[in-house]
Amino acid sequence: MAALMQTEGLVRHFGGLRAVDGVDFRLEPGEIHALIGPNGAGKTTFVSLLSGRLPVQAGRITLAGQDITRLPAHARVRAGIAYTFQITSIYPRLTVFDNVALAVQSRGAADIAAGVAEALGRVGLTGLDAQEAGTLSYGHQRLLEVAMGLALKPRVLILDEPTQGLAAGEIEGFKALIRSLVPDTTILLIEHNMDVVMDLADRITVLNFGRVLAVGTPDAVRADPGVQDAYLGGHHAAG
Amino acid sequence: MAAVLALTAVGLNLVFGVMRVVNVAHGEFFMLGAIGAWFVTQYLPVPAAMAWIAALVIAPLAVGAIAALADVTVLKRLKYDPEATIVATIGLLYIFQQAALSFYGPDARPVAPPFHLRLQLPWFGYSGYKLFVVVAAAVILLGVWLMMTRTRAGLVMRATQVDRETARNFGIDVDRVYAGTFALGAALAAAAAVLIVPIQQAHYLMGHDPLLLSFIVVIIGGLGSLRGTLVAALIIGLSDGVISMFFSPTLAKIIATLAVALVLVFRPQGLFGAKE
Amino acid sequence: MTGGARIWALHLALVAVLFAALFVLPTYHATNLARIMVLAVFAMGYNLAFGYTGLLSLGHAMFFAAGMFAMGLPTWHWGWGGGPALLLGLVAGGAMAGAVGLLALRTAGVSFMIVTLMFAQAGYLTILYFGQVTGGDEGFVVEAAARSLFGFDLSSDVPRYLAALALFALALAGCLWLVRSPFGRVMVAMRENEERSRMLGYDPFRVKLAALVISGLYAGAAGAAYGLLFGYVGGSFATIQYSILPLLYVLLGGAGTVLGPFLGALAMFYLIDITSGFTSAWLFFVGAALVLLILFAPKGILGTIRERGARWLP
Repeated sequence: MAALMQTEGLVRHFGGLRAVDGVDFRLEPGEIHALIGPNGAGKTTFVSLLSGRLPVQAGRITLAGQDITRLPAHARVRAGIAYTFQITSIYPRLTVFDNVALAVQSRGAADIAAGVAEALGRVGLTGLDAQEAGTLSYGHQRLLEVAMGLALKPRVLILDEPTQGLAAGEIEGFKALIRSLVPDTTILLIEHNMDVVMDLADRITVLNFGRVLAVGTPDAVRADPGVQDAYLGGHHAAG
Repeated sequence: MAAVLALTAVGLNLVFGVMRVVNVAHGEFFMLGAIGAWFVTQYLPVPAAMAWIAALVIAPLAVGAIAALADVTVLKRLKYDPEATIVATIGLLYIFQQAALSFYGPDARPVAPPFHLRLQLPWFGYSGYKLFVVVAAAVILLGVWLMMTRTRAGLVMRATQVDRETARNFGIDVDRVYAGTFALGAALAAAAAVLIVPIQQAHYLMGHDPLLLSFIVVIIGGLGSLRGTLVAALIIGLSDGVISMFFSPTLAKIIATLAVALVLVFRPQGLFGAKE
Repeated sequence: MTGGARIWALHLALVAVLFAALFVLPTYHATNLARIMVLAVFAMGYNLAFGYTGLLSLGHAMFFAAGMFAMGLPTWHWGWGGGPALLLGLVAGGAMAGAVGLLALRTAGVSFMIVTLMFAQAGYLTILYFGQVTGGDEGFVVEAAARSLFGFDLSSDVPRYLAALALFALALAGCLWLVRSPFGRVMVAMRENEERSRMLGYDPFRVKLAALVISGLYAGAAGAAYGLLFGYVGGSFATIQYSILPLLYVLLGGAGTVLGPFLGALAMFYLIDITSGFTSAWLFFVGAALVLLILFAPKGILGTIRERGARWLP
């Protein structure tokens, strides 16, 4: 099966720090792929390179066979990559409707209101259209951001620590939401919550010091001794 | 002229470097210095030379005080937001300019220089006063440089320039530093004006050209870089004369303004400035 | 949508009131109002760039003057008629904005302000430099023959007022429509959170350039109309003052509101009118107004009203 998204030898450093140091990566269509690793492993940097927020210094990125390495961020969004920020980034002074509408417009939908209703429905925020986004609870703001990502109807949805700060019940709802998105949308998620990762992910890539430590199914990764030493050391493979 | 320009531009640069704000009213501080000099020399019942020297001391202090007041009442309240500050300083520009118009009148008035001396050199006669201006400006600049690098006050200013938050955490009263810096920037402009006013005349609109020229110098030299400002002032001050010989002054100004714009677009750090 | 109908009704009502005013006001005030309406068009254009998209330009005088001279020069040197000259002015404003935008939009914030200021200043100096052709600072009077549109003589009060009103109404409608359209939403999004907008697929450069060009079209139309209606073209309209004025009108009336620029123009015009009656230092009040506004009421009249309860105001 041809990979939906692929990187070869991706490199990005900041001065002396090699944040991403030659990463080869494959994202299969329709999968939920988790990216894990200790703090500072380079996960957010890697994902910024994928989404185009940071320019690549060496290596290649392809999307469905097309080389997108030099493509600017907004063009990558148009090509089908959506990204939600680690620190929630919405339009606090605009209404919930306007927030999502901007995403719906971007993909060129003719009926904006319908697109907004659909996206809000999927994340469970129906009825909050007129509310000012900044007044929402933190959990709802995160859901709004996911709604915006969904409204783009992307091929790849990249989620950067989406469950951070969510209550247990909200996390369950979130997991159900993600499962409902595949296989139409492919999901790449950065997560620290191991329960979520083990439960949701089809495959996991482990990063450490900017390099790939292991790739494979949750069980394989859990059993990998290198990963256990570097990362899962203190965690028990209970979940 | 280059010397005076350097002095004025350094004032502007200091304000931008430490406070990160652009003061569009800077030219008006220059103008206020010149008009202050006129007032002092007119009303102080001492011989011309002494009056002028008094003006050199009084005017910068007065203008500095006005500047500090403006900073505390207006700029601080805006939390030094860059865009809001520019709008506010534009307002201040009109306020100062028109106040000068009201109290000083629309005419240009001369101020007597402290001494008359002509030096006859083999190639050209040069007014002794102009040489004095260059020397005086250099002395003042040296003083500023020494202050910035050797004294505690200078250290405090430079620390605040590098990182406002950290400076605050070290117990530095950032607001006072800002007021002081703003005052110092204004005082430098005023001093420059007092130096030049015996050669030019004092007029309520005279702030316009120094402002534009200081801007050009500071941007081309690099916002925040003292050395860049000096070099740029020298280049521009001297070349202004040269270009005016070959082209009309208007064309020279056109070239200069476009140069500033293009430098900002393509090489925002100027010649010596550091990339933000 | 009843909300939309209500909004359009409000704006139409303003146009109707202004129309009625023609028959009620004495000539002096009617002519003032004509001036104010044209200046309001200028300010509305500025508002689109500044209030909605967040581009604080200090060089809009250059677009205004571009429109004015694009109208004035052909009528003076080549005998063009009023209508075509007006259109040329409109286009010139937009073209100038596009050209400047291509360069200036590579910068942001303070740099953008300075770059636009510098380009505008260079524009003014160029007008002076080519004084033979442009009339320089003194300017020139617009040909009487050109000052007519569709057979109406624009130098007489009633047609002039109606022409200004027509332009104003068109500009107002355009502004309202744009602001409520999907693109209007994108403009605001760019101002509110550029990074997020980029990650939703919007090219910041393109959006800002479009906003600036539209703003330039408005400015050019206003400049051309001002010259045509009041009969005078001069370099003084390219000075920094004419870049500050729209900013002032918009700040006073309410940045990011459709009716704000008109209110601001109205209020400021009469403030200046009254103060210049008793002092030649009336610019003092302009300066004071700027400082007071930015300190205490950065949202302006309508902006504050909108915050305090009239959220629906566009």
